[in-house]
Amino acid sequence: MTSTVTVARSEFRRLIVERREDVLTAWVKEQLKEGRAESLPAVELRAQGDEFLTLIADPADTDSIFDTNSAAWAPARAFLADLSRTRARQGFSPSETASFVFALKRPLFAMLRAEFADDAAQLGDEIWHATELLDQLGLLTMEEYQRGREEVIRRQQQEMLELSTPVVTLWDGVLALPMIGTLDSARTQIVMETLLQRIVETGAAIAIIDITGVPTVDTMTAQHLLKTVTATRLMGAECIISGIRPQIAQTIVHLGVDLGDVTTKATLADAFRVALSRTGRMVTSATTKGDHS
Amino acid sequence: MERIPILRMGKCLLVTIQVDMHDQLAMALQDDLASAIAAQESNGLLLDISALEIVDSFIGRMIANTAAMCRVLDAETVVVGMRPAVAITLVELGLTLRGIHTALNVERGMAVLERAAAARV
Repeated sequence: MTSTVTVARSEFRRLIVERREDVLTAWVKEQLKEGRAESLPAVELRAQGDEFLTLIADPADTDSIFDTNSAAWAPARAFLADLSRTRARQGFSPSETASFVFALKRPLFAMLRAEFADDAAQLGDEIWHATELLDQLGLLTMEEYQRGREEVIRRQQQEMLELSTPVVTLWDGVLALPMIGTLDSARTQIVMETLLQRIVETGAAIAIIDITGVPTVDTMTAQHLLKTVTATRLMGAECIISGIRPQIAQTIVHLGVDLGDVTTKATLADAFRVALSRTGRMVTSATTKGDHS
Repeated sequence: MERIPILRMGKCLLVTIQVDMHDQLAMALQDDLASAIAAQESNGLLLDISALEIVDSFIGRMIANTAAMCRVLDAETVVVGMRPAVAITLVELGLTLRGIHTALNVERGMAVLERAAAARV
């Protein structure tokens, strides 16, 4: 009994094996109709489809053949996972990614209908089994797509955190901290700690905080800046703030924040010049006047 | 009772805190410093706190008070080697140590005191 059921179950897979070329051609055509697939060349779609068909046809006929979580389906799962992640990274939408599997339905069902035209019961069975299997694989695609997107988000968050606190050495004893983006408490805390740590490591006498890339300043941000400046001073280094934009200067004054004896400069270049002169250096032109040869 | 040694270098006093500061020790140090500056007519105090890992508001205020006291006795104070964590704590506590010189290490601290002494004459 089991053997007949198994044979009956795998009828559509037999079709895939036997009429592979037809299925593949119709499937690729179907995918190309879906729109976005045009960004992938037909050759590539065909290669992917070919591999996938092999993986569908491969698992031996057992009772667990329709359970895509079984070991027999591991290669197919791995292939789909890889495909979904790649498409997620390439910027495909969820439905565009899932259509890879779902586009297989139409050609497959058409073929089944032709094959079992005179046996409605078996046609129903076959279509049901095929649908069940393809739906499972389609859902798997979605899950992997989601996972791929989450990976992208996680990586970006990580990159943002790393990007947010670069302390660069401008010159021997002069550090610069170009700040970009909104300053919140968590970030400022990291920035402060990184800066102080670098001052200890390098023995720098002057630190320049450049806030050209900070879009807005509120009282909290100003407070954080002042704290950083004070902490730097306590450690025995000087702090210069540069790159305050006109709007931000207005805001600071309107908020009544007292920057007190903090040295402020318009640009990083000005701040650097001050830093050099305070450490007893100066920059001069290599050529003298009138000697440009 | 343990005491923190006060070393004399020319016209300056050098204090290195290398043990955990507790309140009594801090008070004793403040007393000793006041009498040492007065007795030796020093014009500078260098306070090395590079080994100090933890501060509370009391120690923070003690440092500020010591500096204020030194100014009354006509001596400049330089605090050197403050750790990042200590600096952040003091700022959060609102102790900004205004009017106190700071330096990254003892060497630069001595340079600050020398400059201050030169300006004095």
